[in-house]
Amino acid sequence: MARAAVPRRLGDRLSWKTARLTDRREESSAARTLGFEVPGWPGHLAGQHVDVRLTAEDGYSTQRSYSVASAPDGERVELTVQRVDDGEVSPYLTDELAVGDVVEVRGPVGGWFVWRPEQTEPVYLLAGGSGLVPLMAMIRVRRTVGSRAPFRLLYSVRSPEHQFFESELRLDSSGLDRTYLYSRSTPAGWPRPAGRFTAADLAAAGWPPDFEPTCYVCGSTGFVERAAGLLVAVGHHPNRIRTERFG
Amino acid sequence: MSVVSRGFRGRARDARHTLPPGQYETHGFPVLSAGPTPRVDLDEWEFTVTTETGDRYSWDWAQLMALPSRTPTVDLHCVTKWSKFDTVWEGVSLDVLLEDVETAADHALVRSYGDYTTNLPLEDLLDGQAWIAYRFDGEALDPEHGGPARLLVPHLYFWKSAKWVRGIHLLGEDEPGFWESVGYHNYGDPWREQRYQGD
Repeated sequence: MARAAVPRRLGDRLSWKTARLTDRREESSAARTLGFEVPGWPGHLAGQHVDVRLTAEDGYSTQRSYSVASAPDGERVELTVQRVDDGEVSPYLTDELAVGDVVEVRGPVGGWFVWRPEQTEPVYLLAGGSGLVPLMAMIRVRRTVGSRAPFRLLYSVRSPEHQFFESELRLDSSGLDRTYLYSRSTPAGWPRPAGRFTAADLAAAGWPPDFEPTCYVCGSTGFVERAAGLLVAVGHHPNRIRTERFG
Repeated sequence: MSVVSRGFRGRARDARHTLPPGQYETHGFPVLSAGPTPRVDLDEWEFTVTTETGDRYSWDWAQLMALPSRTPTVDLHCVTKWSKFDTVWEGVSLDVLLEDVETAADHALVRSYGDYTTNLPLEDLLDGQAWIAYRFDGEALDPEHGGPARLLVPHLYFWKSAKWVRGIHLLGEDEPGFWESVGYHNYGDPWREQRYQGD
């Protein structure tokens, strides 16, 4: 059983901690999953994020927020970072940070865009591109704790090369319903042509509104605006739609 | 003592603007909200100030437009780390809207279409510090940025500048709003880096 987020003194949770990179793997052509060891990590809820601080030799420092990708696992924290080509931080994390190097983190942060193991209602996850990361943490926690909460995932991604967590999702045997939509190019022989998702896609992949699912929507602003707008239009109550946007 | 990340250089340092701690400059206009974007019809739009004794003061859209407006140029600081400098808005100062309101309250809870709330001391809404803004960069404010009208209170982190604003409750006791109830700082001064509870 995964260690749940235990209440801690806020001072502990919000102090900057040194995080050492222990392993890294390629998640897609432009994304890497970075495994850190964070002594004193208090645990987290699925969907929460961390603040990452980088400091240069001359003392300049900057911060960014990243969703935690992993389920709670002691002092281990995984972040999946997509490279933004003109970004200040993400190319460093995806291309330069090597095993043994350190960054600083604090958190976890955010108590709204989270899924808790005691939730039993149906859940509809809608991910656009790298917006899958916090939703993947929910999928992983659900599996780790043996939850029977019915989960459905709609994952919209440009092309198969941009797909995250492909084999893990393909091999998942926890009863997760999943639908992939490709906006630019599809795998060979894929039944649905590439294109933006529609209200029909959204209805086919998810739960009807009268099942009262909690909907978690994460992706770019364009994706979130469209997906959340369509959910409301087909009858999902706005209070059951939680959104998080990247960039 | 902060920890140096080997090989990290960062961007060229910006000499033109002073950033609050932990912030970086963006030239885009990122969007952050917790749920779907509400669509508010101007014919039904209303802004209401409710006092601690239950008195109500309301304006419809035409009444708001008839009030004298200001065009503040302000810097925005979002708790998600971006800052945007020299943004130009148009809106009505809260000094105008609250001028005739009789109250002994010290606290304000701001409410939005879509049920978002945020709290702040009433004094932070006064004295030329806050506006009900309806134009950004010379254009009608987009719904995803809070249109038709949002609170603009730029000296605090931008989540305090409630989008789709519909009213303000003046209260004798402080009452935490939406983000303030899930771990974010009650006040949110970017210059003191008050991001989260305990900062």
